[in-house]
Amino acid sequence: MKILVAVKRVVDYAVKIRVKPDKTGVDTQNVKMSMNPFCEIALEEALRIKEAGFAKEVVAVSIGPSQCVDTLRTGLAMGADRGIHVETNSSFLPLTIAKILKSLAEFENPGLIFLGKQAIDDDCNQTGQMVAALLGWPQATFASKVVLDKDKHVATVDREVDGGLETLCVDLPAVITTDLRLNQPRYASLPNIMKAKSKPIKKMTVQDLKVDVKSDIEILQVTEPPQRKSGVMVSSVDELIDKLRNEAHVV
Amino acid sequence: MMMMMMMQRLRRSEEFIRFGFTSLINLRPNKNSVSRSLSGFVNHYDTKGKLFESKNGNHYNTELHHRCLGKNLGMLQQYKCFGSSSASQIERNPLFSSLDSKDVSYFKEILGDKNVVEDEERLETANTDWMQKYKGSSKLMLLPKNTEEVSQILQYCDSRRLAVVPQGGNTGLVGGSVPVFDEVIINVGLMNKVLAFDEVSGVLVCEAGCILENLATFLDTKGFIMPLDLGAKGSCHIGGNVSTNAGGLRLIRYGSLHGTVLGLEAVTANGNVLDMLGTLRKDNTGYDLKHLFIGSEGSLGIVTKVSILTQPKLSSVNLAFIACKDYLSCQKILVEAKRNLGEILSAFEFLDSNSMDLVLNHLDGVRNPVSSTENFYILIETTGSDETNDREKLEAFLLKSLEKGLVSDGVIAQDINQASSFWRIREGITEALQKAGAVYKYDLSLPVEEIYNIVNDLRGRLGDLANVMGYGHLGDGNLHLNISAANYNDKLLGLIEPYVYEWTSKHRGSISAEHGLGVMKANEIFYSKSPETVAIMASIKKLLDPKGILNPYKVLPHSLISH
Repeated sequence: MKILVAVKRVVDYAVKIRVKPDKTGVDTQNVKMSMNPFCEIALEEALRIKEAGFAKEVVAVSIGPSQCVDTLRTGLAMGADRGIHVETNSSFLPLTIAKILKSLAEFENPGLIFLGKQAIDDDCNQTGQMVAALLGWPQATFASKVVLDKDKHVATVDREVDGGLETLCVDLPAVITTDLRLNQPRYASLPNIMKAKSKPIKKMTVQDLKVDVKSDIEILQVTEPPQRKSGVMVSSVDELIDKLRNEAHVV
Repeated sequence: MMMMMMMQRLRRSEEFIRFGFTSLINLRPNKNSVSRSLSGFVNHYDTKGKLFESKNGNHYNTELHHRCLGKNLGMLQQYKCFGSSSASQIERNPLFSSLDSKDVSYFKEILGDKNVVEDEERLETANTDWMQKYKGSSKLMLLPKNTEEVSQILQYCDSRRLAVVPQGGNTGLVGGSVPVFDEVIINVGLMNKVLAFDEVSGVLVCEAGCILENLATFLDTKGFIMPLDLGAKGSCHIGGNVSTNAGGLRLIRYGSLHGTVLGLEAVTANGNVLDMLGTLRKDNTGYDLKHLFIGSEGSLGIVTKVSILTQPKLSSVNLAFIACKDYLSCQKILVEAKRNLGEILSAFEFLDSNSMDLVLNHLDGVRNPVSSTENFYILIETTGSDETNDREKLEAFLLKSLEKGLVSDGVIAQDINQASSFWRIREGITEALQKAGAVYKYDLSLPVEEIYNIVNDLRGRLGDLANVMGYGHLGDGNLHLNISAANYNDKLLGLIEPYVYEWTSKHRGSISAEHGLGVMKANEIFYSKSPETVAIMASIKKLLDPKGILNPYKVLPHSLISH
């Protein structure tokens, strides 16, 4: 069985981001970019499944500009067997990404598609669900535990939902999106980094995949949330009462 | 039992006083025994030690007395011995006044009631150092809000002959930031404003009480970084960093504070405000006095403002955590790193397996980044402006080292989160040591090839008595030698000191690379500096602080600071 893992190159989650002065988006110049943390978890799970003997190959795919190759190299260094880079300079919204992944899935025929539950730059939480719908495959999102049954061709997935944990059983092929508690991703070790240098990364374009990338959504403006006013230190109970009464109007 | 021990020590000190004069005469250097080489002052000790052998084998106390005398043959000091650490063999200077209610009222007038602290709980914290090894008995802490208030306080204290301790974040490791007796604590924590930042030149001007991490956060929003970084960043003040010439993790790339501090404002003992707060990169007009204050540990003046050159924040930071079989490989990797990573190398730290085990055992949420346990681990950080280029460079360097057999295993951090977890291991060793029990901490500068020899030698010497750990800024030749035991005990201390200092001195190293002398090593300066040099230091101290009220009993040998 082949596992396809979609990984996204995003601003590193520890970076303090700033909005561009022209309000068209977040400033990504001179900012550290890394693999989306949830995508790391997705890749780690795929690798563990392969190491357990349930899969023969893990393929990492990334859609974006030429620097995505760095992200794919990280994936290869973690242990993925090969990479696919769909090169484009536009920034696509989830539906377009889902269409591209659908096209790739029809091409590669994986038994499982792993994605992170959401990307930390747009927090959409849509791509995995859309891919499953486009392919007509079952989906198990917010996975915190994945157990495969090779003979029955099913995956039993614990999902983190608002009320607690929900356990689903999905037929393969299926789409699984990963949540934080699923696993702790491995570090990219030097021997693996060395091996990764000889692993292939195939370049493709959206035209190759015959995908219509016209989007129905246009981003009008990106602004920062309003600044939170700092607290005020009061020096006595009287002052506190005075402020509560006359400024906050709650007493 | 304690009484017996105390009586024995008192008796020995009496014997010393009695024998004092005879041994003083014998101490006169004769042409044969003292070599005229630069390390002559070391040989001085070899001859002295032999002259006076203690009867009961407790060499430590007596040798300390010897060292205190130095070359000052005319001085006979009486020491009260009531403990084992060198700090406790100090006597409160009888010339210092004691605090009275009139003083407290005066301070309240200047600072306001809120900023004159007599509350016992708060004083308890302020009186105790971070390692909980040194504790003073000050009855008063003052919190000035600006330079003018600092000046008024010091002017008053100087006139009243009240001893004071300048205090910042109180994260020092040599007992330099807490009172020894009842010195008044002057904590600059309220002076925490950023005064100016020039986004073109990167010069930051701020008050001394700014916490280092807060400055780093402020600069981050502007796209700059502080030229220094250390484990204590969440609590230490920039004024304290400057006063102790703090080193840290980035020294290898940006140099020491002597280079990055462009100016400072300090208040001397008599309340005089010295405005040396330049923001110029180059200014050759006269003697550069600010360098006296940098690293003087608060003994020449209280730093109130700092002007420091910050560096642009470069986007490409990479961190590798590698494992090596032996120390020789570590050295070779250092040489190769400097050559192959050159301009992008920004940190080079090492830790041994004992340190790694300690961290894994005592801290939560840390795991060994490399799958196998090895004898040595190295952290290599690169900082540059081209992500792909730097990454390739680092990978190529590491892979070559792997092929050559210098590196047995390693990982490269893929994001800032992983990088933080690697740093947590190195920066967490100090914290883990605190949790593990008693720790004897030494901070030595040695030739790189000698650094681990002292760890091995000490291990052999101490055997099962304690756990010896070696880690530090390998790139700067700075070893943090730590001995961890269940409890503090004299026998252990006697085996460690003066062995460690003598070993260091023999290799012309420094007995305090970056931690400073404080009270812990106030009498050990001769292991690394010649008597002539130290005599001039004492003169400068006398010039700037004639009554000796600033941070007394610290930095310079007690015998040289005549009362």
